[in-house]
Amino acid sequence: MIKRGLFKNPKNQLEGNPKLQKYAVPCVTDEMSISCPSCKKALLNEELAENFNVCSKCGYHFRLNARQRIRLISDGNTFSETDAGLSSQNILDFPDYDKKLENARLESAEKEAVVCGNCEIGGYHCCIFVMEPYFMMGSMGVAVGEKITRLFELALEKSLPVVGFTVSGGARMQEGIMSLMQMAKTSGAVKRHGDAGNLYVAVLTDPTTGGVTASFATEADIIIAEPGALVGFAGPRVIEQTIRQKLPHGFQSAEFLLEKGFLDDIVSRILQKDYLTKLLFLHDRGRKS
Amino acid sequence: MICYIPIMPFALKRDEKMNAYEIVRAARAKNRPTSIDYMERIFSRFTEFHGDRRFGDDKAIVAGIAKLSGMSVTVIGIEKGHGTKEKVARNFGSAHPEGYRKALRQMKLAEKFGRPVVCFVDTAGAFCGIGAEERGQGQAIAENLMEMISLKVPVISIFIGEGGSGGALALAVSDEVWMLQNSVYSVISPEGCASILWKDASKIKEACECLKMTAADLMSLGVIEKILPEKDGLNKLCTAIKKELLASFGEKLALSSDELLERRYQKFRKIGIASVSAS
Repeated sequence: MIKRGLFKNPKNQLEGNPKLQKYAVPCVTDEMSISCPSCKKALLNEELAENFNVCSKCGYHFRLNARQRIRLISDGNTFSETDAGLSSQNILDFPDYDKKLENARLESAEKEAVVCGNCEIGGYHCCIFVMEPYFMMGSMGVAVGEKITRLFELALEKSLPVVGFTVSGGARMQEGIMSLMQMAKTSGAVKRHGDAGNLYVAVLTDPTTGGVTASFATEADIIIAEPGALVGFAGPRVIEQTIRQKLPHGFQSAEFLLEKGFLDDIVSRILQKDYLTKLLFLHDRGRKS
Repeated sequence: MICYIPIMPFALKRDEKMNAYEIVRAARAKNRPTSIDYMERIFSRFTEFHGDRRFGDDKAIVAGIAKLSGMSVTVIGIEKGHGTKEKVARNFGSAHPEGYRKALRQMKLAEKFGRPVVCFVDTAGAFCGIGAEERGQGQAIAENLMEMISLKVPVISIFIGEGGSGGALALAVSDEVWMLQNSVYSVISPEGCASILWKDASKIKEACECLKMTAADLMSLGVIEKILPEKDGLNKLCTAIKKELLASFGEKLALSSDELLERRYQKFRKIGIASVSAS
């Protein structure tokens, strides 16, 4: 993948771009600050981390990895992981897939594109899955489908609610038809879990598309999304190529989906834990631990 | 009402040894029979029903009830149409959310009246456009998956041409999936795969091989249950399908609905599980 902006003029004046000389003012180094992609204001890393990785100026939600999210949502050290060792193999001998998997594992420090387990949220015991954006953009292969299916089966057995955070580019092309079958498999598990009267809350984060949108992400009893998250079936580029016209601004954003009636609410990351606690409280059948 | 006059002769290929790319070409051939051609030959007294009761009627999906040698069945098919005018009206067999919701409504009726369901799948994929997204294409497909896996009547899906990703799966969470010898079923189009993988859409031949999308490949992966040979022509093929459907439904109707659902669940539960490694 070509790094974005590779051919642009360097922004750092030390690289000798004379155009930028006039902006040479004492500034915080890159390691300590980051520029918000939405409002372009500089944010101190420390402040950003304290603010749940949300821009304090404009409310832009920075991408989080699965572990960061679990730390934000679960109580203290209550999270215990399930099926941590499951991972996909190159079953179809797809070219370069082994290398891609290897790179994804190095980049994300995870074995697969989803982390599953049990935890407590506001004192309520529940099963949780969080997809990992830094592992092949959270794409769903056999292992992801299997982990999520097992989590729903476990939750069914223990009559626990499931809270799921989705972020995904869709089904994993490198596993071909096998990844498509995961949509059916996970849907079956969600259905059985739900039919037994258990709660499933999905939190859609940026971006949730493709096979994940068309399966367990939109099958939840309550579906909420983070502000500004891209949620859709086909990606915007594919739609633009198909219909040969530019998409309107804000198309497929969480706000757009809320307006069209496909979301229950949009909840900022800062309020998510309280919101989930409230939902679990309202669905509680007297088993607060 | 659209007139269903097929253009003869149909292009069902006779050749046994074709590579994946040739099979993709055959599955997309212009004069290949479409869902209605099969319905006319397999069933009698087909009565079409329209609309999803929510938004509109999607002509890319044809649904109704018919007789299969004395047995009432619900028949649903993705229809590409013949001739430019009809193809446009049917959106080239790419359904909108209302199409999937229409199919689901018919399936729910089938469940109520205890009719088995037959689905014909022939689509390049669910349509992606502004309207489709606004009306929740992903949600419509997801709902079909969830409802089909727990539908209390036997369901058989037959792939007669292209089976494109979620749009095909939304009618294929069935007890048995059968494929015509020259039909394909994949998670992404070979063109899409080639452009993502090699940034070059012309490498479609390699992509066809990589995706393992032919009936023979899918049979060996355990994704489908039956391959239907095409070499004897359309009429004989339809007679064979009719016989197979009767036998299969007879067998499945003898099961209790709990047993039927458990088998269906376990079938999808097991696909590909051998490829997951635990360490």
